Amino acid sequence: MRKLGYGLAINEAFHQSMERDDRVFVLGQGVLNPWYVGETARGLDTKYAASGRIIDPPVSENGMNGVVIGAALAGMRPITIHPRLDFLLMGFEQVVNEASNWSYVFGGQQTCPVVIRGIINRGGEQGAQHSQAIHAMFNHVPGLKVVMPATPYDAKGLMCAAVEDDNPVVYIDDRWLYAEEGNVPEEYYKVPLGKANTIRNGTDVTIVAVSYMVKLAQEAAMVLAQQGVSVEIVDPRSLTPFDEDHIFSSVRKTGHVVVCDSGWYTCGVAADIAARIVEKAFDSLKAPILRVTLPDAPAPSATSEETAYYPTHHAIVEKVLQVVGKSKLVDRAVTAVGH
Amino acid sequence: MERKLIFSQPKFWVQVVLTGTIVSRMSVHMERGRVLGATKLSQLHRQLVRIRLFEERAAELLRSKEIRTACHLYIGQEAIATGICCALKPEDLIHGNHRSHGHYLAKGGDMRSIMAELLCKETGCSKGRGGSMHLYNKEIGMLGTVPMVAATIPIGVGGALAAKLQKKDFVSVAFFGDGATEEGIFFEAVNFAALHQLPMIFVCENNYMSSHLPLLDRRTQEAIHAFVKMEGLASIRANGMDVIEMYDVATEAVERARTGGGPTFIEAECYRYLGHVGPNDDLDVGIRDPEILQSWKDRDPILQLEATMIELGFATASDLQTVHIEVQAEVNDATEFARNSEQPASTGVLDHVFAGVQA
Repeated sequence: MRKLGYGLAINEAFHQSMERDDRVFVLGQGVLNPWYVGETARGLDTKYAASGRIIDPPVSENGMNGVVIGAALAGMRPITIHPRLDFLLMGFEQVVNEASNWSYVFGGQQTCPVVIRGIINRGGEQGAQHSQAIHAMFNHVPGLKVVMPATPYDAKGLMCAAVEDDNPVVYIDDRWLYAEEGNVPEEYYKVPLGKANTIRNGTDVTIVAVSYMVKLAQEAAMVLAQQGVSVEIVDPRSLTPFDEDHIFSSVRKTGHVVVCDSGWYTCGVAADIAARIVEKAFDSLKAPILRVTLPDAPAPSATSEETAYYPTHHAIVEKVLQVVGKSKLVDRAVTAVGH
Repeated sequence: MERKLIFSQPKFWVQVVLTGTIVSRMSVHMERGRVLGATKLSQLHRQLVRIRLFEERAAELLRSKEIRTACHLYIGQEAIATGICCALKPEDLIHGNHRSHGHYLAKGGDMRSIMAELLCKETGCSKGRGGSMHLYNKEIGMLGTVPMVAATIPIGVGGALAAKLQKKDFVSVAFFGDGATEEGIFFEAVNFAALHQLPMIFVCENNYMSSHLPLLDRRTQEAIHAFVKMEGLASIRANGMDVIEMYDVATEAVERARTGGGPTFIEAECYRYLGHVGPNDDLDVGIRDPEILQSWKDRDPILQLEATMIELGFATASDLQTVHIEVQAEVNDATEFARNSEQPASTGVLDHVFAGVQA
């Protein structure tokens, strides 16, 4: 199969979705800029500028979220892009009050098919307001679907599905994944919203990993394999709807769970996933569930502090060994803070 | 007991009259009424009365607690919704706010479906889910009202963008109060509509009060249309108590929008006769001046139009009375319909969190 980078996989989803459906348009800060959204908007300007289907708007996050919602109500299928999630907070009101509510409060008479794409763009000494991974805030809100692709294949397939879905979908990608390459079919395809994926099969422990943490979990699994620990990695891909059955069946097999998320510890996605497992699959657990997340602190800037702040695969290895009750044999260079 | 007024108060009508603008406006009003003709004025009149009598019934039902949902009544402002919506086609979109009963009725919504919604009945326009502040009727181009101040202004602009992208000639209208112009999102929306020359009409119903707080306690500049003009779009002030003037300015704005001339901002001066929310006039709590209220009631949009129609020979007092009687029957029918409907079954409380195609 053809190999494609994560960013270009998103780009291909844009191109193919726009070719298939005239109602699809892209409105996002920096889409006509050479670097804000990476490679993900490549070629859209020359192809769609004349028809008005690619718009680089004023710096008005909430207003622009309202504009795409209004266009969606009037029959379009917009995609809006916020190159940093921190800035999407300026547009939180329209997403949380309006997009999420529109079906429910009008008794299911009106759909709001809008894709709100936000990019996690951390590291590189950018500091507290260019780094935040706030997907849990959106996932808290009923009426929003939230997806976080970890692979190029899912990046394309989930975007295509998000555009076709009649509901507001918050699509969050992570720039740290843009270097990833993977198998991506050239033809149009969808990855269904609400279906988890087993990334690696194993028998001793289940690592539920979200977005970039899937990559770290894979690195951890290789280290753990050398220590005789067989790791299964499950990627929910979609946080809402959430594929509980898929996660629980892995938990029932291994009885040990570490949940890894790139957001904060308190009220985070990892907390929610752990709580679901405890509520509904407690009888399969052989040990308490542990979490690998960001610590409850804003992002620092200095590289020295970033190194301590962002978990690496070492943090996952440590938690897995803790949960399966084995001593740490190798790979003791744990630098991340974690929890 | 007489209460001391807490806030500085909005202006008296008499101050406007003294500027001379109203005097000249009145002659224009009469002449334009003559040109519009008996049929159009009768249409405007009936719509004004429908809104007034509907809202008066809503106030009664609020007092008797038959309606529990929070209602922000439109009495006094009827000329704005009526004048604007009578200039629109069915396929044109309107976007409202917390005070949108009048918009719903003026755009062609039937009285039964909105009255049932005020009683949160499943026969309501939003299936009983919305209540007064969440009105929906796709048939009339009302794709959903919400009470978040200014929230539907960019949503309206999105409708106008859709018209442009779809190369269709429908226009989009957003109704909002003067308070909404204090929200940043208002300027975000106006700027974008002006920048892209969208078929958009912004209708600011300036009733000089945001909840309890008068305009000049919230900003230094009273002329909202003047500072909006700086965004680069047609921006005018109109007499929101005069349905003929509202119809005329709307017609001009609609024409501009449909022919690619871009958006228009209309500041419609008006005054709501009742308090911010509920059936009371709030005179007793010291936040409104009874003399000012009376000065606006002296320019009541219905009384004004009725006087004009009689003077022009378009109707007799008896004809106009008949309209009131017919509309009252419509209100009674809607009330009985709503009363006889059921609230939605509790078993469906989790329905419609998501809708439509699940990809």
